[in-house]
Order: sequence, then C-alpha cells, then structure tokens
Amino acid sequence: MATLTPAAPRPAPLRALRALRAPRGRPVAKLLVLAALAAVLVPLAQARWGAGAWPGALTVDVSAPLGTAGDWIIDNRDSHPLFLYVLGHVSNAIVVSVRAVYLVLLAAGWAGVTAAGALVAWRAAGPRLALGTAAAFLACGLLGMWVPTMQTLALMVVAVLASAVVGALLGLAAGLSDRAERVLRPVLDTMQVLPAFAYLLPVVLVFGIGVPAAVLATVVYAAPPMARLTALGLRGADPEVLEAVTSLGTTARQRLLTARLPLARRELLLGLNQTIMMALSMAVIASVIGAGGLGDRVYQALASVDVGAALAAGIPIVLLAVVLDRVTGAAGERLGAARRPPSRPLLALAAAGALAVALAARLAGRSLWPGAWEVPIAGPVNRAVDWMTAHLYSGVPVVGGTADWAARFTTWVLDPVRDGLLWLPWWSVLLLVAALAWVIGTWRTALTAVLALAAIGVLGVWEPSLDTLSQVLAAVAATLVLGVATGIAAARGDRFERLLRPVLDVFQTMPQFVYLIPVVALFGVGRAPAVAAAVVYALPAVVRITAQGLRQVDPAALEAARSLGATTGQQLRQVQLPLARPALLLAVNQGVVLVLAVVIIGGLVGGGALGYQVVFGLAQGDLATGLVAGAAIVCLGLMLDRVTQPTARRPRKGA
Amino acid sequence: MRPRVTAALAAGSALLLLTGCGAADMTRQASPFAHAGGTRTVTLSVQSWVGAQANVAVARHLLENELGYRVDTVQADEVPAWDALSQGRVDAILEDWGHPEQERRYIDDKKTITRGGDLGVTGHIGWYVPTYFADAHPDVTDWENLDKYAGTLRTAESGGKGQLMDGSPSYVTNDKALVKNLDLDYEVVFAGSEAAQITQIEQFAKERKPFLTYWYTPQWLFEKVPMTEVELPPYEEGCDADPAKVACAYPVTALQKYLNADFARGGGDAAEFLKRFRWSTEDQNEVSLMIAERKMRPEDAARAWADAHPGTWKPWLP
Repeated sequence: MATLTPAAPRPAPLRALRALRAPRGRPVAKLLVLAALAAVLVPLAQARWGAGAWPGALTVDVSAPLGTAGDWIIDNRDSHPLFLYVLGHVSNAIVVSVRAVYLVLLAAGWAGVTAAGALVAWRAAGPRLALGTAAAFLACGLLGMWVPTMQTLALMVVAVLASAVVGALLGLAAGLSDRAERVLRPVLDTMQVLPAFAYLLPVVLVFGIGVPAAVLATVVYAAPPMARLTALGLRGADPEVLEAVTSLGTTARQRLLTARLPLARRELLLGLNQTIMMALSMAVIASVIGAGGLGDRVYQALASVDVGAALAAGIPIVLLAVVLDRVTGAAGERLGAARRPPSRPLLALAAAGALAVALAARLAGRSLWPGAWEVPIAGPVNRAVDWMTAHLYSGVPVVGGTADWAARFTTWVLDPVRDGLLWLPWWSVLLLVAALAWVIGTWRTALTAVLALAAIGVLGVWEPSLDTLSQVLAAVAATLVLGVATGIAAARGDRFERLLRPVLDVFQTMPQFVYLIPVVALFGVGRAPAVAAAVVYALPAVVRITAQGLRQVDPAALEAARSLGATTGQQLRQVQLPLARPALLLAVNQGVVLVLAVVIIGGLVGGGALGYQVVFGLAQGDLATGLVAGAAIVCLGLMLDRVTQPTARRPRKGA
Repeated sequence: MRPRVTAALAAGSALLLLTGCGAADMTRQASPFAHAGGTRTVTLSVQSWVGAQANVAVARHLLENELGYRVDTVQADEVPAWDALSQGRVDAILEDWGHPEQERRYIDDKKTITRGGDLGVTGHIGWYVPTYFADAHPDVTDWENLDKYAGTLRTAESGGKGQLMDGSPSYVTNDKALVKNLDLDYEVVFAGSEAAQITQIEQFAKERKPFLTYWYTPQWLFEKVPMTEVELPPYEEGCDADPAKVACAYPVTALQKYLNADFARGGGDAAEFLKRFRWSTEDQNEVSLMIAERKMRPEDAARAWADAHPGTWKPWLP
C-alpha cells in the first residue's frame, strides 16, 4: 500500500509547537481579496440574474446535439470509415487478445493455472505468497466460480497490460519532456479523482455494450497511476548517477535504458501494482456495460437480492486483488533491496513445472473445476443477512432500529443540508467554494474549483448536483468522525492495528456493489443507504492514513511534550494531531474522493440525483441525460478535490 | 542498434498495413468468451428482473442438456441489450416489454434483428398497494382516493407528500407524468434498482406498513407479498402517445422474443429452439419463485421445472 511521505522537514519540538499556531499562506489576506471581489461582482450578478438556484439564462441545453450524436453513431457504426478502419480494429484487437488469454487459461485448466500462479508468486515474492496464491485460486474453484474467474482474469490481463503500456508511454513523455509534463499532469491528476462510473457512458456510446467497451473503460481508469509513477520515477533519478553515466559518453537513449529506467524500477512496479488494483476495482463496475465474468455474477446476484451469491462472486475478486497486491508489492520491495531478478533457468523450470501439472490434470480429464468440489456458501450467508435485517431493522428497544436511524438521518441531516445548499443563492455557493479552496490551497486550485462548479450550473444540473453534494458532505463528515477516531485507536494500540489490518484490506478491495443490498436491507431505500455504503467504503482509507500519519509524528516532539508533563489527551490534541496535519488533510481529500465514487453508485439504491441520472442514461441508452450527469460528476469531483487539496500532491488515490 | 530499429519500424508498419487496410466491422464481433474449446455457444441477454432470469435459466438448461450447446449470459439493461443484439454480441432476448423506437430502428431499418414470436407470458405494469392495506381500506384501490392516504404513505424520502416508489431506471414508466397530470399529492421516489425496491417492499411487508409502489405482473414477489392494483384511469389505444401528457393506466403487453438476424438464419437448432420457446405465466412464476424466494441456483431451479414439466418443453426441441 502507499507510503506516505510528509514533505515537511522536522523542526525542533518547541519550534514545531509554535509553528502550528502561525497562519499558513495568510488566509486573512486571501479572504479580504475575495471579499473585495465579491463586493463588486455579487450586486451585478444579483441584479442581472437574481438569487436562488442557478439562473436559467446561464445554462446551455446540450441534450439535442448529444441525442443527434448518439443516433449518428448507432446509424453509422457499421459503415463509416472511422468505425471500420480505426475503432473497429481497436475493438477487434481487444476481442482477439482477451479471447487468446482466455483460451490459454482454459487450456491450462484449474491445476495448470493454480500451479503457474503459485510458481510466479514464488519467484517474485517467496514461498509464503506462493502458498497464498495457490490457496486463493483453489478458493475460487471451491466457490464454484472457476470459469467466471478465468473470464475476469483474461479481461484483467489484457486491460492491465494495455494500461501499463499506455501509462508507461505517457509517463515516459512526462518524465523526459517538461512541456509534456505541463500538459499531462493536470489531466492525470484529474483522472485520478474521477468516479469510475463517469467513464462508462462515453465508451459505451462508441463501442456498445460488451468486452471491448469494458476493457477500454478499465484502461482509461487504470492507466493514470502508471503514468504518474513512471514520470515520478524518471524525474526522481539520482542526478549524480546520471552525471556519471553522461560522463561515460553515453547517448540519451542509452542513458534512458541503462540508467534512468532501471533506477525508476521501484516506481514502475508500484505503478503496476496500483494499475492492477484499480483495474480490479473496475471489474465489477464494468459489468454494467457487459464485462462478463465475476462482476456480472455479482450484478446478477444482486438483481435477485441474493447477497450470498453476490458474495460468492465477490470473494474471488477480493482474493485476486489481495494476492496481486501482495505479490507485486513484495516484488517491488525485493527490487528495492537490490536483489537480482530470478535467473532464466529457474523461470524455465517453473514454466515446465506448471506445464507438467496442467498436462497431468488434462490427461486425467479434469481441466474444468469439478462440480462436486464446490462449496455453496450462499445459503448460510443469506440466512445470516436475513437474521441481521430481521432483528436490527426496527423496533430495537431504546436505540430504535436501523430504519428509524435512517429516517432520522434523512430528516435531520440530509434534508437540512440539501435544502440549505439549495436555499443559498448560486453566487454564494461559488463564493464559499472559492474561499475554502483558496484558504486551503492556492489561487489556481480555487479558480479550478469555481470554474468546475460554474460548469455544473451551465450544464443545467445545478439542483441534482447540490443534492449529490449534500450526500457527499454528510457522508464525509460521518467518515471523518469514525475514521479519525479509529485511526487514533489504531495508532495507539499495536494489537488493535494488527487486528484491523486484514479487515481494512478486505473492505478496501471488496467491490462496491456488494455493499449495496445489505445497506438497503438495513436502511431502506433512499439517500441514507447510499451514504452508509459510501461511509463503509471510504472508512478504511481514512483510518489507514490517519494511523500512519500519527505514527510518523516525530518522536522527539512527543518526548518533549511528555517531559513538559502533558497528559495523553493533551499529547494527542496539542502535538500529535497538529503535527499529523498533512496526513489528516490527505485523509479528508481521500475520503471525499472515495465517498463521491460510492454516492454516485448509490443511484442504484435510491440515492437519486446525479447517480440516478447516470444509471438512467446507461439503462435507457439516453446519452443526453447520462453524459450531462457524467460531466457534472466530473466537475463535482474536480471541485471537491481542489477544495480539499493541500498544496502538495499525494502519490495515489486508493491509499 | 540502428538496423534493429529500422527492422522494427518496418515490421510495425507492415502489420499496420495488413490489419489497417481491411475493414473491421465492430458490429459483427462476437463475445471473446463465445465458442471456446470447440463448443457451440449461444449468448443470451439476461435482464435484471427475476422473470427474465427464469426464461434464460430454462432455455440454458435445455440448450445445454438436450441440444449440447454452451450458453453464455450477458447482463444488460433493455435498451443497451437491443444494441448488443443488433451487433451479434448477444444472440437472443427472451423477454421484451415493448420498445417501439428500437423496433423501428433495428428491425425495420437496419434489419439486424428479427422477431422471435410471443414468449407466451403477458405483462402488465401498474400501481400496487399491499393486500393487507387494501383490505383495511378498500377505497384505496381507486386512484381518486389516493390523496386521502398521502399522509399515511409518506416517508422521510418523500418529504411532505405520499411516497410512490419506482424501481429501476431501465423500466418503462410514466409515473412522474401520471402524478403530475392526475394532480396527486405524491412524490415519485426512485429505488434505482429492482433489487433495492424488492428489499424495501419486503421490509415494509414484514412490518405490515402501508406502501404504494410501481410494480408489474408476472412477478414472483406477489406470492410472498400479496398486492392489490390501484385502478388508474383506463388505458385506451394511444393515450400514452405523448409521454408528458399521459393520464391513463399502463397497457397489457404480450411479451416478445427477439433474435439477432444472422443467428436466426444460421443458428441451427439453437435458433429453432429459441423460436419455439413458449410457456405460460404460471410456468415462469414457478421458476422465478424457486430462484428468488427459495434461493435455489437458477440452474437447479430450471432442472427442477424441466423434470416436472417434460410435456411443456418437449415440443420446443427441433
């Protein structure tokens, strides 16, 4: 998982304590400038367009051209040269390569795939992870999910390879050329914060439902981390080493191949690791546009409210994710420790071993997972879920049931926040965003945030966007309260953190869809379950960052505070939390981004607003509605990210 | 180094020439998972509701066990499924509730989809209240009295008005227009997916709470939560022509099957079988109930049904 590197140097403890009080970046001056600007502009806007919601005169109706574009694509998809000679080949190449991988996996059979996976893991990361990998593959078979797992794996292999290649090329450009970096960086930064759901529609528009669209959406989603980290690695190369290499009279290309790329291999592997994780998290969401495989099973099971079956398909995804994460992570660490990569004969031996196992299984006529070895878990899980909902839903003495909480949360938190946001005059919302973004970040981030919000108004989706925003705000508040408290507990108790770690791992890799039905059973239909699912999803990242940030607080500062006689509470409040401020800000930023992603998916359980419009657009093939909502989500994500963005960028999104 | 780069460039451009010059029609590319390992494969579209799963489960069981095919399923919403069907990524849709615009585009104009005949099931959409509520308040089943119950039917989501719960955005619905045009004191709350809607209905029923929901027959949930339809102004031909001005009930629809045109011509036994596939509302409900209520796996439910009703499906085999 990501390592956090607070860039601030560590001042002497007492100076640190004082420095905390000093205002950063003169917020008062910034606010004064903003107030002066507002004093001029607001009366103008007020007189011209009035207060209240976004003025109709400032919106642009894009639905008609979008509708025409959609129709044109469908009508010309089988005849226009653009489709026949360019996009058709892209689509074809994807189909052919996914199919090739799938056939190889099927031919290897379950024994061959398991053996090959374990051997690769062994070579890359050692015997313990090899055992884990084998166990994970066998578990997929035991759950009766062998074929879907192979379909997802085939799709993932192609998507990850494509993402890695595209990402590495972009990263190479950004790492070697300053101009490319200036162009690419803001784009990649933005792509990192967008909810996966927003990517689906444009791809479907062109490629239609199916595997090509799913792979492309995954690539678009998963390539940015690879690009960012490649660029980071290339730019971070030790200048002295480069100097030495240059003095040997090497050409630029030789320098790149023999010095800069090898020096950047840790970043490259970290990038690969993140690309894999993001591709897997897309596997389920892409089932909405026909990815097939495990995601499709999850989606189908949820349609019949079968949490158990959804879990049976969700577990292999989690297992794949955990195994791939650990294996690539361990491989990265080994590289960092300057181990030699495995030698060729050993790899050949491993391949031969896998081949032998595959052949043996094939000769025994068992290349498909035998049905008798499946363990049905759906029944018990469903009974557990039923019991939970039956006993917690309502009528619990004193505290009330979960349904009552949800109703109260909706009436007393969500409704006032939404109504409040909608009641505010449109220009004051813009002003508020500008003030927040400027105080926390720079004038650039403030400008981006305001423009993004204005774009939402211009697209004519002001009200649903503010509705979504109100859900995000409520969920972020809940996530931060719970997450920071848990993070503090985890930072203070080693045993608690050890217990917590696997739980966090699982919750972070679990497909978001799996959360949706239990939350409906507990909280009913509406915005409350959407918020609940978002909180559950964002919590692990916030807990992790908080705990990590607190642990990295300079021990000398703590020691100084202790020697001054501070109690534990005082240490926490006055030293640890303030010093962990960069980490806490990062936690807020991450929390916001993750919450937004799930609040959007919450459209599937009655969250309404933008999420519903995207789902509607996908379901009805109504591109006008879907694309406008998708664009609004992009703007909202951009705005939220910029508002919460501290001056330094962070390494990744998933934390 | 130089010669190698040149060679690579040459090879690359040759490849580009070879592949780039030929046309690749993406509307004729099958699923990469189809026909793996020399099997004959049929890809069926499954929509999100359980009735559609029941159709597919039984068709799949028979295709696999009686005709020796391998069946892949793709979950897709209705309109995208039409698009996938026209491209051949899906071979058949077994249950369609009527999409006039798509029928015109794909069947009449592009001729990439052909009709596969009646499924044998008739569908009807309407507004429903639970029977326990209708028994206690018999006048609720007339739409003109609905306003009287708006207070009883309100929830946190519907604000000050009564709640009319709608389901998945992919379903055919005029409810927003209906509430407006009939001037009802109700708010349409979209559950966002059928799964969410069913879960909510079951929770209401467990509590014996009143609710008003968009629902449709045939649906297995009626066996578990008996519901009574609220009568809306009667349906007349064409009264739903303008979506903004609808003020009448939903029609009764004979559900249809559709096949990809190429598949219908060259699909052999599978295409013939799917054209003949025709069963009754009761049959479909029996299978749906096994899947959704008794949580049987679709394949087990299909086998159970097929073992019990050989007389129904024998004539479907070519």
